[in-house]
Amino acid sequence: MKMLMSQIFHPVKEDMVKNRILKIEIMRFNPDEPDRMPFMQKYTVEEDKRISILNVLQNLRDNEDPTLRFDAVCRSAVCGSCAMMINGRPGLACRTYTSELPSGIKLHPLPFFKLIGDLSVDTGTWFRAMYERTESWIHSSGSTENLYQDNEKMKAVYDLDRCIECGCCAAGCATANMSDTFITAAGLLRAARFFIDPRDERTESQWYDVIGNDEGMFGCSSYLACNDYCPKNIPMQNTLAMLRRKMIKAGIFGKSR
Amino acid sequence: MDSIIYSDFLVIGAGLAGERAAIEAVQSGLDVKIVTLVPPRRSHSSAAQGGMQAAFGYSEMSKDDSSFEHFKDTVRGSDWGCDQKTAGLFCDSAVDAVKELDGWGVPWTRINDKSGNDGLIAARNFGGTAKWRTCYCADGTGHSLMMAMDNTTAKYGIPVFDRCEAVSLIMNEDRCTGAIVLDLRSGKPVSFIAKAVLIATGGYGQLFEKTTNALICNGTGLSLVLNTGKGVLANMEAVQFHPTATVPDCLLITEGCRGDGGFLLDVNFHRFMPDYEPEAEDLASRDVVARRMIRHIADGFGVKSNYGMHLWLDIRHLGKKHIADNLREVREMCINFLGIDPVNELIPVYPAQHYSMGGIRTDINCCCEDYGIKGLFAAGESACWDIHGFNRLGGNSLAETVVAGKIAGRKASDWIRLNNPEISMSCAEHELKCQSERIRKIMEKSGGVNCFEIKSSMKKILTESAGVFRNKRDLEKALAELKELLKKSENVSLKMKPAYSSPELPEALRITGMIHLALCIVKGALLREESRGAHYREDFPNRNDELWLKRSLFRLNSDSGEPEVFYENVDVSDFPPGKRGYGEK
Ligand SMILES: Cc1cc2nc3c(=O)[nH]c(=O)nc-3n(C[C@H](O)[C@H](O)[C@H](O)COP(=O)(O)OP(=O)(O)OC[C@H]3O[C@@H](n4cnc5c(N)ncnc54)[C@H](O)[C@@H]3O)c2cc1C
Ligand code: SF4
Ligand code: SF4
Ligand code: FES
Repeated sequence: MKMLMSQIFHPVKEDMVKNRILKIEIMRFNPDEPDRMPFMQKYTVEEDKRISILNVLQNLRDNEDPTLRFDAVCRSAVCGSCAMMINGRPGLACRTYTSELPSGIKLHPLPFFKLIGDLSVDTGTWFRAMYERTESWIHSSGSTENLYQDNEKMKAVYDLDRCIECGCCAAGCATANMSDTFITAAGLLRAARFFIDPRDERTESQWYDVIGNDEGMFGCSSYLACNDYCPKNIPMQNTLAMLRRKMIKAGIFGKSR
Repeated sequence: MDSIIYSDFLVIGAGLAGERAAIEAVQSGLDVKIVTLVPPRRSHSSAAQGGMQAAFGYSEMSKDDSSFEHFKDTVRGSDWGCDQKTAGLFCDSAVDAVKELDGWGVPWTRINDKSGNDGLIAARNFGGTAKWRTCYCADGTGHSLMMAMDNTTAKYGIPVFDRCEAVSLIMNEDRCTGAIVLDLRSGKPVSFIAKAVLIATGGYGQLFEKTTNALICNGTGLSLVLNTGKGVLANMEAVQFHPTATVPDCLLITEGCRGDGGFLLDVNFHRFMPDYEPEAEDLASRDVVARRMIRHIADGFGVKSNYGMHLWLDIRHLGKKHIADNLREVREMCINFLGIDPVNELIPVYPAQHYSMGGIRTDINCCCEDYGIKGLFAAGESACWDIHGFNRLGGNSLAETVVAGKIAGRKASDWIRLNNPEISMSCAEHELKCQSERIRKIMEKSGGVNCFEIKSSMKKILTESAGVFRNKRDLEKALAELKELLKKSENVSLKMKPAYSSPELPEALRITGMIHLALCIVKGALLREESRGAHYREDFPNRNDELWLKRSLFRLNSDSGEPEVFYENVDVSDFPPGKRGYGEK
């Protein structure tokens, strides 16, 4: 096989290793000790290899401070555990490399969710409550034997099913940070996922009862911070626009049905 | 959290296997509770990419497939190490499991080629299978399955206690009646009392240095069973290495890439697999491909890099549309983690630990009663139900989690109804006291050894001795070193002692159990003087059906404090041993 030299590369591209001394600041706080105030703990880290923020945190926990709390499971941006504020922006620690950042790096826990300690927040409890609020499961009276489905429709469902529940969208959302009952982009997305699923029988007016209010679709200001921060690039803009149209329509006509 | 929590059925682990069992038990009317380290959707099941095997036979390349074909592939793949009755039951149940998941909302990719079967569930090609049989949702199958499963768990209102780690089983003589669980939020132990218990805690990849597994795959569920001194683990030496993990992060690149037509290249950009495997080519079973790759590198055909030797995976010729539709997670991973786009660049790969065939030994009903513990069930990767023998086929594990999960849930419900076991408070109190005492001792001790150091030594020892290639000398050395480490581990102390829950405590509590598991692997591998599936001995390179149609079993010997090995026969009457059709001879 012929191969151009320009296509040959090392597994780690050179610009991913910058060989700097990084100044990392991490917010430390334990809600069980409320009399000790939150503070920023400083560490210096040598950037001699290509390292992610997660690698930095693991090294600190294994070698310096085993009490440091943060969450990580998959290391590959599929489990949604490791979201945190990285220099003021919500993002996944496992797929953010230090080379993408300046040498001063500040880490805070995600806002909006309940703090467990340091960088760890309770997304699990919040998302479970969201499933209950949106009844995040197929509502169908039929049998499961009809397996014929249009592939394009299944692809569209998969597109929205890809949410990893990291919470970045909620953390970056102005509405959510003002109102802790706001359903957030993740919740609206969940509604949309079942709304477009041909196997789910809920009607527009049923959905209107769930999200057709100020804590749902009408609380969303459509500035789309969620779209910018979603690490899975879920098509938030189109999805929210579609949902808004449907809900407005259901609001006008739906109730009379 | 309350200090005592009751249920009929306690499920430890909220991956696909655990939640499937919980749903089944709730449907039969039981009160079920689930404990898990992480919110269910973060379980390692969600990382599965490629798909789930079930013999629908709808796709063009799946014609005339049947559960019997699936069975034969599974047994061949296992190198005749699996339990054939169980494998038969499994293959017969997989199709219904896929249909059920469709009803629960899994957006299976559909056939879309105007073949007359458009709209039916599609299948892709995977290693070691005679037909295209792997059902999939792009390459995020595990994620979509986990979503549907957790949604269904919420639908039935099953309580899930996340950030909880089971640290020991509550035993009443030889019957399990619950577990002591460390609440990771507060650092306090809690008693979960139940009439029956299921362990579905996943694999033990984190025993190895280089693994595709998640950071929580510590095998603690297996330690729970071993620690009773009564329960039995099986085939611990059967560890799978996946051919295509990325260099240097060990992120998995699904076998679906090669299934869809991708192939491996060496330093000269030569496609080498067909030279070795003219029939199966790049899609021989994983054990075979991993060995071929490492040997090919040893022969001087590896690519040198500042992060070690590797080979290339090439999927460029599949085209942008196919990659964007069916391999989009792989593409995203490559872009985000390697800074390369596989649409026009090669992916650097090297084999890494991937799957734990060994586990808690159960019978065909997922029950541990014949193996030492009544009222205990196990399913999923943590179990050795034994449909994988010495090599699991890709796509068979997702299928196993849902098929076995359902069986475990049903059989546990039946068992509870039939036996209506009594709950003994005194046993729970006793075990809680033991565990509290253990925690107190670790918290109070100072100047002991550091658990992170022990863990990293253990990983190193295991990686060097019990990897893709094994031999007597390395294994004996590893055995001696692990015994040393075991002694040291009894002396762990915490480096820092905060008043609140610190991640160091559960780490310290786990370490002895993890070394026990490492000892099982090394002992099993040392004693098994043959090569079968993923277990390859350089000094015994052939399969030996005369001596080794046997399953290794492990139990903790309370006198020596070490696991001891014994054996049971493997029944091969349905499909007698023969050639696999790929691999050495
Ligand atoms: C990257 C990757 C890709 C894969 N792709 C495929 C594929 O395409 N097809 C396929 O068939 N298989 C695949 N597999 C294998 C398959 O994903 C797993 O074998 C399967 O998902 C395991 O499911 P499980 O339910 O047994 O365990 P897991 O999903 O691992 O769940 C374990 C659960 O146990 C909990 N837990 C663990 N220990 C404790 C404890 N002490 N106390 C309380 N809770 C505990 C965890 O929190 C978790 O909820 C893949 C594996 C990997 C690593
Ligand atoms: S569009 Fe703005 S208000 Fe609406 S969910 Fe997204 S971030 Fe929040
Ligand atoms: S929508 Fe995107 S940002 Fe929001 S939780 Fe899901 S994956 Fe995260
Ligand atoms: S660790 Fe799973 S998303 Fe980062």
